[in-house]
Amino acid sequence: MPEVLVAGILLAALWLYALTGGADFGGGVWDLLARGPRANDQRALIAQAIGPIWEANHVWLILVVVLLFVAFPAVFAAIAIDLHIPLVLLLLGIVLRGSAFVFRAYGLASDDEQRRWSRIFAIASAIAPVMLGVVLGATISGSIRIDPDTGSVVPSFLDPWLAPFPFAVGALVLALFAFLAAVYLTLEATTPDLREDFRDRALASGIAVCVAAWVALASAHSGAPRLYEGLARSPWMLPFQLAVALVALATFTALWLRRFALARVFALLQVSLVVAGLGLAEYPYLLPPDLTITRAAAPRVLFAPLLAALAGGAIVLLPSLFWLFKVFKGRGHA
Amino acid sequence: MSDLLAARSQMAVSLAFHILFACAGMAMPLLMVLAQWRWLRTRDPVWLDLAKRWSHGVAILFAVGAVSGTVLSFELGLLWPGFMGRHGPMVGLPFALEGFAFFLEGIFIGLYLYGWQRTSERAHLLAGAVVLVSGTASGSLVICANAWMNTPRGFVLDHGVPVLTDPIAALWTPAAGQQALHMTFAAFEAIGFAVAAIHAFMLLRNPGNAFHSRALRLALWVGAGFALLQPISGDYSATQVAQQQPLKLAAMEGQWHTEVGAPLRIGGWPDAATETTRWAIEIPRGLSLLAFHDLDAKVQGLDSVPPADRPPAAPVHIAFQIMVAAGSALAGVALLGLWLRVRRRDPAQVRWYLWLVLLCGPLGLVAVEAGWTVTEVGRQPWTVVGLLRTADAVTPMPHLAWPLALFSLLYLALSAIVARLLLRHVFASPHEVDHA
Repeated sequence: MPEVLVAGILLAALWLYALTGGADFGGGVWDLLARGPRANDQRALIAQAIGPIWEANHVWLILVVVLLFVAFPAVFAAIAIDLHIPLVLLLLGIVLRGSAFVFRAYGLASDDEQRRWSRIFAIASAIAPVMLGVVLGATISGSIRIDPDTGSVVPSFLDPWLAPFPFAVGALVLALFAFLAAVYLTLEATTPDLREDFRDRALASGIAVCVAAWVALASAHSGAPRLYEGLARSPWMLPFQLAVALVALATFTALWLRRFALARVFALLQVSLVVAGLGLAEYPYLLPPDLTITRAAAPRVLFAPLLAALAGGAIVLLPSLFWLFKVFKGRGHA
Repeated sequence: MSDLLAARSQMAVSLAFHILFACAGMAMPLLMVLAQWRWLRTRDPVWLDLAKRWSHGVAILFAVGAVSGTVLSFELGLLWPGFMGRHGPMVGLPFALEGFAFFLEGIFIGLYLYGWQRTSERAHLLAGAVVLVSGTASGSLVICANAWMNTPRGFVLDHGVPVLTDPIAALWTPAAGQQALHMTFAAFEAIGFAVAAIHAFMLLRNPGNAFHSRALRLALWVGAGFALLQPISGDYSATQVAQQQPLKLAAMEGQWHTEVGAPLRIGGWPDAATETTRWAIEIPRGLSLLAFHDLDAKVQGLDSVPPADRPPAAPVHIAFQIMVAAGSALAGVALLGLWLRVRRRDPAQVRWYLWLVLLCGPLGLVAVEAGWTVTEVGRQPWTVVGLLRTADAVTPMPHLAWPLALFSLLYLALSAIVARLLLRHVFASPHEVDHA
């Protein structure tokens, strides 16, 4: 079942995007919320942390999009039609975030101008994750329907996404990205004071993640009933949810005890569990309730060369990524 | 404005904007790496200064190119779900490979821009070289996907529906090689001359400045070299288009009627009502000679297909004339520069030549935009030649004038900001930056 393997790779790319690119957006959120006597130091630390890596991290999203339209074109077309508006807003956030960041970094301009780019960078960093969550939430909610006669999507430009559940997922994604960024920044902080600042922020956003997750789950009851059933009824779901809760508790404890490296491990594990749980609850659907992975898959003949291309790409990509993170996130940081 | 026209306009605006940054993303790293290589060889700090300043240009241009490229990858679906939903797998391999090339570019640009103090000199130069190679590979792979739309291969028709049977044939279609070659040369030519023009402007204000003299000479070598190679690739492209996309050739040349020994038309206006191309200078048998290397070759005319299947000849013909004129002018400037070198004169010190470079500098970018107009408008009314009409590919989403207005304004604002940043901070004289 090569198409299931490619769907797994797609989920993995989304997972890596959340862990890396997501945290870069989270950094922008903390730029927006920078407060107190060290507000400018906080902003400088964030800029220094994401500067060398945000462009590489961003490419995981491109990989998600490309894998979707290459391997599951019907799903891509359906999402692109029904979620046109949130996708345009997501793009607006992505364009403004990236542009404003380099304009600020290479502008050498007056303080006024620097502040303006900083503001745009920060606001765009907060919009993009919400819209990403809205798109994700609408996709898994089951409200994008395929017409069985034509095989293409039933056009509907507001209803699938303008609902509580997609926005609850949007809030969850925003909180999750901010939480990841705060946890990473505790390890990258250059002074004890800054470290404490981001410890406070990690604890606060950790609580926000728990609240947002609970709200998303509650709104799934009516907003994404099939997903809710899957989460509530499946025999493995109870142990799974217990595991998520335990890891969350462990993250809080580690943060509380200032064991920051350990906190990062638990935070990564927590996000990974959420993504894996999402994948398992969705399986075998890609666009519920009408398109399973197999039904949406491209012609079989594509998958062998596609998997070969992915394997070949990984061989050059992974050592390069390793070098990038070793140079900028290695010794002296963690 | 109809939604179809709005969608086509938004795609045109997005491509026209992105292609400038894509060219810069391919060619600026070459200038940056060459300057850095000169620094390592000579230890002359002017070269180091130049490499760093150009790398700041790369940083800005690459970032805007990356985000506008992201917009395009979504827009394929947002505007043309009928294309991606049916044919996404056909362009699957080039896009998947492009994803990795772009990934490498993103990784190594981070290492290069932020790694001056953190990696060894040789590793740092190597990182810059990887940016150059992966950027060029990424551009070429996107062009392979575009080439599939011009000369689709690798499928069989099952009850009229194309089904992918050979992904490798779909990756490397007949148009891929000539398009990738012509575009790659164009990117290096256009950016070489655009950078040279900016430094020529600075030299006219500030004669003899060592920083700008070196920058001008290096950029000019790159731009002029590719400007002299480009006619060869242009000839190859023309003969390939003549065989593989006869209607596009007919529109490019204003050739309404199938003709043996067709003339080459310079200028003129193709008029669809009378099916003639008026006011053109005609060189007898010139088109047959250039397109088929045979004075008596038969050239297919637009009238070989019904009017509904013809590309709009006027914009394609005019854009083609602009591209050829701009390319010829730059080849002329390149030859003059060579002549100056042969006479042992420094182009950076010859004022009339600096004026010429300044005035002709933007022509490479003009040629790139005109060339894409030829290839994209010349493919109409098809999105995929013979398989999918553009009108059938467009999204059912209404009110598309709104996103068109949004992205047009956004790109206009970004263009102005980038131009200002580059002029003030990347290409300005060193002492001006210090005082900024």
